[in-house]
Amino acid sequence: MSGTRDIVITQTILDAKNINAWFGSVHAIRDISLPVEKNTVTAMIGPSGCGKSTFLRCLNRLHEEVAGARVEGQVLLSGEDIYGPGTDPVAIRRKIGMVFQKPNPFPSMSIFNNVAVGLRLAGMGNKALLAETVEKSLKQAALWNEVKDKLKAPGTSLSGGQQQRLCVARALAVNPPVLLMDEPTSALDPISTAKIEELLIELKKEVTVVIVTHNMQQAARISDRTAFFLLGELIEYDDTSRLFTNPRDKRTEDYITGRFG
Amino acid sequence: MRREAHLGDRIFYLLLNGVALSVLMLLGAIAWQLIHLSLPAIHKFGFGFFSSTNWDPVQEVFGAGPVIFGTLVSSGLALLIAAPISVGVALFLNELAPRRLAEAVGFLVEMLAAIPSVVYGLWGIFVLAPFLRITVEPWLSGHFGWLPLFRGAPYGVGMLAAALILAMMITPTIAAICKEVFRAVPQSQREAARALGATKWETMRLAVLESSHSGILGAVILGLARALGETMAVTMVIGNRAEIAASLFAPGQTMASVIANEYAEASGDLHLSALAFVGLALFAVSFAINSVARILVWRLNRNRGRDF
Repeated sequence: MSGTRDIVITQTILDAKNINAWFGSVHAIRDISLPVEKNTVTAMIGPSGCGKSTFLRCLNRLHEEVAGARVEGQVLLSGEDIYGPGTDPVAIRRKIGMVFQKPNPFPSMSIFNNVAVGLRLAGMGNKALLAETVEKSLKQAALWNEVKDKLKAPGTSLSGGQQQRLCVARALAVNPPVLLMDEPTSALDPISTAKIEELLIELKKEVTVVIVTHNMQQAARISDRTAFFLLGELIEYDDTSRLFTNPRDKRTEDYITGRFG
Repeated sequence: MRREAHLGDRIFYLLLNGVALSVLMLLGAIAWQLIHLSLPAIHKFGFGFFSSTNWDPVQEVFGAGPVIFGTLVSSGLALLIAAPISVGVALFLNELAPRRLAEAVGFLVEMLAAIPSVVYGLWGIFVLAPFLRITVEPWLSGHFGWLPLFRGAPYGVGMLAAALILAMMITPTIAAICKEVFRAVPQSQREAARALGATKWETMRLAVLESSHSGILGAVILGLARALGETMAVTMVIGNRAEIAASLFAPGQTMASVIANEYAEASGDLHLSALAFVGLALFAVSFAINSVARILVWRLNRNRGRDF
């Protein structure tokens, strides 16, 4: 935990404090604290099994959905602990959107309904407002031009890259201040990946993005801050440019220079 | 050495082909035999057989109307009862119950399907029918007697008893298939719904139920196929009277039960032939319904194959 001390954070939107997480008796996340600055892209890198995805899933209380899984610690969203007593995880997840590794639009729903589903869950019944928000979200996700003429087509009729942007639109529709992304481009081809990356840089004006990535070049290209995880611990957290050019921990250096992982 | 192994493969291949082919031949033989036996009835009554409502062995007049009616009503009512319960059971086992409990209950549900139908029939005669006669049917006619469905003397045995027994018998079938259908929904779908802020119930609805429509339909149709052909238990509790009655309390007769009930005692050739004709119709309908259901479930699984 050497790395966080020098970062200047002006406005923390999401502040994880002393997070520990378990799968049954396996201690997967060991005492990780990580403040996330508003309107940035924060990348989490590390070798497979280092706990970065698990940690991400602690940030919207999805980790605890797995049988036998457990979390301790605090995550402050704009100062409010999402693990506080009486906090409803369902309400939390409406404020912290998530995009997964594999595109997972609902196969029974049209493109339109895939984007509208979160709004409908939140109780929005006004059709004009729904249509307006769906359009706005699809535009935010840079998908509008490709689908505006076939909103009634099934979401699964799109290509993989389009499906993933559809999932971004679905997550954005409820206007969450934070968007979590779990290796969102690992199942995509390079062109689709580039589109998602461009999109993220654009998105951070409105949303704070926390992204897990397997791809160090991706972290270097799109993120403002990078956190390096190893064996369930946060090894280093710093401005991306500094972490990649001048890491302070030997293990970080070994990893980014390709000596392991 | 190599040649011999090759020969062994060939023999094995031919052997298995023969076995597989013999199943098809058996199916063909049954169909042919049924048609052959039905010919006298087909010549005598033609297609009017299915619309005529008079089944009178004494006068040698046979119309399948009452047994078709009995089959449709008992199976339809059984489906109405069993389908929602089965879907609920499958949802509970797959989505809500802790794994140990789900395994135990799932096992018991599957055991229900293994109980011989004559045992269901006995239970129907000794437990269900008296319960219906003494408690349920008087209550129904007291409160809903204005409906023709619930009028008449409470016999206990009758259409309602048959439908309830059938519902019990097809619930494990439908629930087991629904469970498989729900299990085939990728976990990522549930997580997508959870991450959007869906409650447990909303997650089930969005991620599981909505994408399982055709699978559930397939399961229900397979249940229907089982109900249509179920013989022993129904024969024991339906009352066996080939009449079309509006009341669910009244005794009835199904296509399967009339064959089981009358075949041994059928005196005339025409009577036998008419029963065979009913059997042929039942065979054709079951075959068609099973095919539709299998295709639905099969298509679903094939579509699931490609994730995106």
